[in-house]
Amino acid sequence: MNEQQQTLWGFMRQESGKLAEQTVQHIGLTFISLLIAVLVGLPLGIFISRRKRFSGAVLGVAGVLQTIPSIALLGFMIPILGIGPKPAIAALLLYALLPIIRNTFTGITGVDPAVKEAALAMGMNKQQILLKVELPLAMPVIFAGIRTATVITVGVATLASYIAAGGLGEFIFGGISLNNTNMILAGAIPAALLAILFDFLLSRLQKLNIKKLKKVTASLPVLLVVLSSFYFIPSAYGSKLKAGFTPEFMGRRDGDLGLQSKYGLKIRTVVISDAVMYKAAYEKQLDVISGYSTDGRLKAYDLVVLKDDKGIFPPYYAAPIIRENSLKKFVSLEKILNLLAGRINDSVMTALNYRTDYLHLSPEQVAKDFLVQQKLWKPAQTANPDSVVRIGSKIFGEQYILANIYSMLIKGNSHYDVSTKTGLGGTKICFDALANDQIDFYPEYTGTGLLAILQAPAAVTDRLSTSPDAVYQYVAQEFDKKHNIKWLKPIGFNNAYALMMRRKQAEKLNIKTISDLKRYLETR
Amino acid sequence: MIKVQQLSKHFCDVKAVDEISFEVAEHENLILLGTSGSGKTTMLKMINRLIEPTGGKIEIEGKNIMDQQPEILRRGIGYVLQNNGLFPHYTVAENIAVVPQLLKWDKKKTEKRVGELLEKLHLSKDHLHAYPNELSGGQQQRVGLARALVADPAVLLMDEPFGALDNVTRSKIHAEFKALDELKRKTIIMVTHDVQEAFELGDRICLMDQGRIVQNGTPAELLFKPKNKFVKDFLKEQRLNLEFKSVKLSDVWQWLARQTAKGDVVLSADLSLWAGMEHFRFKEKDVVNIRHGGINEMRSAGFEQLMSAFYQYKKQQSHE
Repeated sequence: MNEQQQTLWGFMRQESGKLAEQTVQHIGLTFISLLIAVLVGLPLGIFISRRKRFSGAVLGVAGVLQTIPSIALLGFMIPILGIGPKPAIAALLLYALLPIIRNTFTGITGVDPAVKEAALAMGMNKQQILLKVELPLAMPVIFAGIRTATVITVGVATLASYIAAGGLGEFIFGGISLNNTNMILAGAIPAALLAILFDFLLSRLQKLNIKKLKKVTASLPVLLVVLSSFYFIPSAYGSKLKAGFTPEFMGRRDGDLGLQSKYGLKIRTVVISDAVMYKAAYEKQLDVISGYSTDGRLKAYDLVVLKDDKGIFPPYYAAPIIRENSLKKFVSLEKILNLLAGRINDSVMTALNYRTDYLHLSPEQVAKDFLVQQKLWKPAQTANPDSVVRIGSKIFGEQYILANIYSMLIKGNSHYDVSTKTGLGGTKICFDALANDQIDFYPEYTGTGLLAILQAPAAVTDRLSTSPDAVYQYVAQEFDKKHNIKWLKPIGFNNAYALMMRRKQAEKLNIKTISDLKRYLETR
Repeated sequence: MIKVQQLSKHFCDVKAVDEISFEVAEHENLILLGTSGSGKTTMLKMINRLIEPTGGKIEIEGKNIMDQQPEILRRGIGYVLQNNGLFPHYTVAENIAVVPQLLKWDKKKTEKRVGELLEKLHLSKDHLHAYPNELSGGQQQRVGLARALVADPAVLLMDEPFGALDNVTRSKIHAEFKALDELKRKTIIMVTHDVQEAFELGDRICLMDQGRIVQNGTPAELLFKPKNKFVKDFLKEQRLNLEFKSVKLSDVWQWLARQTAKGDVVLSADLSLWAGMEHFRFKEKDVVNIRHGGINEMRSAGFEQLMSAFYQYKKQQSHE
């Protein structure tokens, strides 16, 4: 079955179970956060409408929270709250706070002073004025705030999948990593529809007349609680160990799908971003993770790779892939790039990654130190501004290092100028940039080329998967034929997918291979 | 009934109300008259403690209002605001029933009282379930009045209650206001800047300026025995009109003809000269009969006789 030709509808039908689960999770996540945001924001808004001198500070802080990029906010939450729904809800709640606090404040302070004076003069006490006059009259404005907060939260909740909280982001980010447009749309369209739907429903509420609004206001908390509980419906089936896989790994045949079909591995799984996955494993929040075999954090966090005894992970030898046109344009480029061929093996790469990921040295520094040590370093020559080589890289440390090494090699060995476009998201974004002549080359992995870009049929992958050379030959040939892109010589290391565990736990449970893991999970 | 002693209110350095003292007798209608900034509204709001005084004392029926819980105090004092201050999210019935609800009246009693007031204030029962924004300005003001009267408080405070109404509606409501029996049993303090209104509705007028009372007296006293130039100037523009309105037929009794005329129109001597003159103009009568209820006597007057009597009265006032 070729996924490229599968329709979006087909994909959604095939994955309907997952889609429903993610949608329900998404709704739940949104409304738990919203419920707490209302519980916190409403009293805060009331408080600052009473004590106006605090209003600047409270609204200021809520405003600043709003400006923190969502990914960064999620990142801040992890050291405090770990991974999973807790940090996601906390982050979403902080985003939803500002519109709720601000609109409560504006709504209450906007009530006609004559009406407030009348209420006071009739002999109402402060609480009666709040409940009978101020809140009911401010309700349309407060509703507008809740409405804004809802739309924001539905949108930001897609990011929750980065930290193992689920939601429709799992499809979106999985799709980006896997170069699968249907998968992206299967997450993005329902997320957009949810936002539109909730916005519409709340707008209807806002337009109701005052009499009906009284009833609706009473039922709103109930509704919020019910929707919040959605999150807990798809409770994962239990198992002794907990696995965290990246969205990309979840959707790949050489990832979770392969683990299930070839090994029959059944493990409680959450989706998580690789940025926090290793640390989560180290902190015992996850037991098994899907990592890369050359990742520096493997060394930093004392994790071990489980042996792939049934050979489901194809080789991922790294090599620069380059447009044929660029090779013609920059005549000496191929020779320069091949200077690195065969120079970096697995342990060297792991060590380089360790220096950036864990020792927090800059990729430039690490690249330069490596070149100096390999005696490849040359000072930069004068650059000709008319011939600029554009280097791309994906959004993780290893690629940054490689991009820097290549940049220094080119500058040292030619008069070409270099511009680096690092951080091009996942495979799809990076490859599209190359295919559309936005960059000249970037380091790619044979396995990724085979499975994610070429999406080779199962028959081909089964035939090739054991032999690194065969995979390289196949992708080199197919890329040339289909995309006019050339694979240069491999750099040397194999950054394959791998399952990893904490060294201590693996030794204690005597798990060395994936089959061992399966056996352990099946014993009671 | 209400006794205000040396009451002051300072906003920072501004003395909005500066050591004011006055008394209001039971069932009296006192008007606080003055330009904006004269301190009249501040004065009024201190009586139900919407504003707390800087110094001085207010007693209602011998009790110091500062000794009472403000909410309890306010539930016993009716309050009417200039822009009615009705709750836009409450129906007319709910608006009127605010204080009964706070006083925890039972539903039947509240309904009965609301219906009664609606009738007295010439509001239709159809309005009960309408919202304030569906009513005209005059109707809204009547609902505001009903809300203030519903718990039958002994004291009624009114802050420019007819200020937002057009002239036609206002004079209509003035007439109703004077005729309303509920109000005759109330001690009323009303704030206004409208001289006409003050003279028409007030038993007594406190003319205020810069936080002090310039003169406290009946309308006639203000007109004919002004304390100083300020009072004179304040009333100058509408003087003749006010004089006709504040002099009663009984005041000029001694200059009226003793014989009775033909015709069936008999006016009460309690009416103002202005009201008496209206009968000449609209009923086209040359002579009207006037009955003085107090001494049970009947006299009559034509338009010219009335004018001459008024002139005599004024002359006498200025000589005193």
